[in-house]
Amino acid sequence: MSMRTPLSRARGLGSARTGTEHWWLQRVTAIANLPLVLFMIGFVVAHLGATRAELAASVHHPIVAILLAAAFLSVLWHMRLGMQVIIEDYVHTPALKLAALLFNTFFTLLLGVAALYAIITMALGT
Amino acid sequence: MVALTLPKNSRIQPGKTWPAPDSGDIREFRIYRWNPDDGANPRIDTYQIDMRKCGPMVLDALIKIKNEIDPTLTFRRSCREGVCGSCSMNIDGTNTLACVKHIEEIKGPVKIYPLPHLPVIKDLVPDLTQFYAQHREIEPWLKTDTPEPQAEWRQSHEDRARLDGLYECILCACCSTSCPSYWWNGDRYLGPAALLQAYRWLIDSRDEKTGDRLDNLEDPFRLYRCHTIMNCAKACPKGLSPARAIAEIKKLMVERRL
Repeated sequence: MSMRTPLSRARGLGSARTGTEHWWLQRVTAIANLPLVLFMIGFVVAHLGATRAELAASVHHPIVAILLAAAFLSVLWHMRLGMQVIIEDYVHTPALKLAALLFNTFFTLLLGVAALYAIITMALGT
Repeated sequence: MVALTLPKNSRIQPGKTWPAPDSGDIREFRIYRWNPDDGANPRIDTYQIDMRKCGPMVLDALIKIKNEIDPTLTFRRSCREGVCGSCSMNIDGTNTLACVKHIEEIKGPVKIYPLPHLPVIKDLVPDLTQFYAQHREIEPWLKTDTPEPQAEWRQSHEDRARLDGLYECILCACCSTSCPSYWWNGDRYLGPAALLQAYRWLIDSRDEKTGDRLDNLEDPFRLYRCHTIMNCAKACPKGLSPARAIAEIKKLMVERRL
C-alpha cells in the first residue's frame, strides 16, 4: 500500500511536454499513405506475372522509383508510430516495453533500408 | 500487461436469490455483491421485485431492495434526479446514473455492477480517489495574473456560450470508467472526465493560463492515450461529449505550433 498522496500519484513524473509531434505525424503519414498505397497497389496489379526484367524496366523510370520509395518510407513510418502506441497501450512490464519499443524501431529501419536497397539496385541496375 | 481474466479473488460466484413475496409484475435484478469483511469472492445476488410496488427508475428498485428486502446492499445515491452524480454504476452493460435509467428500457433481468475497472469498496461503491485526484491535477479553477477587478470578471455572451456542453459535467465518472484506454493506463492517462474539465478551463475567455494548461496536458499518456474510442460520449448520462472536448484540445495543441 503506497503512502503517497493521491495527487502526488496523479501528477507522477509530470507532463512530458511532447506527444503532439507524434500525433500530428501519424495523421500526416496517413494522408500521404492514401495516394502512395493506391499507386503501390496499381503497380503490383499492373505487374502480375511480369518477369524480373520487365519489373526492372518499370522501376528504371525515376518517377516510379521515387513513388515506390516514398510509399515504403511513408507506410513504414506510419507503421512504427502506430505500433509504438499499441505497445505503450498494452505492454506495461518496463523491460519488455523497452525491448518492444527498440525492436519496433530497429525492425522498421531494417525494412526501410532493405526496401530502399532493392529499389535503388533495380532503378540503377542494368 | 493487459489482464484478460480476473484474479482468483475477483471471480464472481453465484449468489443468493430473494424471491418476490407474491406473483405480479415481477422483474429480476441481478446485482454485484462484495463485502470486504467476509473474505469471500464477489457474487451476484438475484432480487425479484413486483413492479406494481416500485418506482420507474433503477434507483427506485435499489432503494426498495435496501429498504424492504436486503438492508446490507450498499450503493451511493443522493439527489435522485441526475444532478449529483453519486449513483453512477454499470446497468445493463452501460455506465449510467441509476436515478435517470428507466427500468422499462431494459430487456430481461436488470444486471447491475459497480463502475468498471476501479477498486471496489463494497457492493456498488467504487473507490474514486484517483479519479478525483486527476480532476484536481488539471487545476479546475480560474487562474489569472491580472489583478482581480472590483466587480466580476467580464465575459461576452458568445464566450459564455462556449462553456455550454462542458460546465454541465457532474463528475459521475461514467465516461472515464467506460474508456478502455483509461482501464489499461488510468494511472497516467487523465481520462475523458478530467480532460473535458481541462477543456472547459482552456476555452474560458477569462482564464490567463491557457498556455500553461496546454503544457501540462501535452504528454503521450495524459492526453494522447485517447484513441477516439467514443465510449465516453456514448456513456455520458448528461449527453455531453468528452471525446469532442479531447479532440478540441488536440486541435489547440496543433494550432499553437503551426
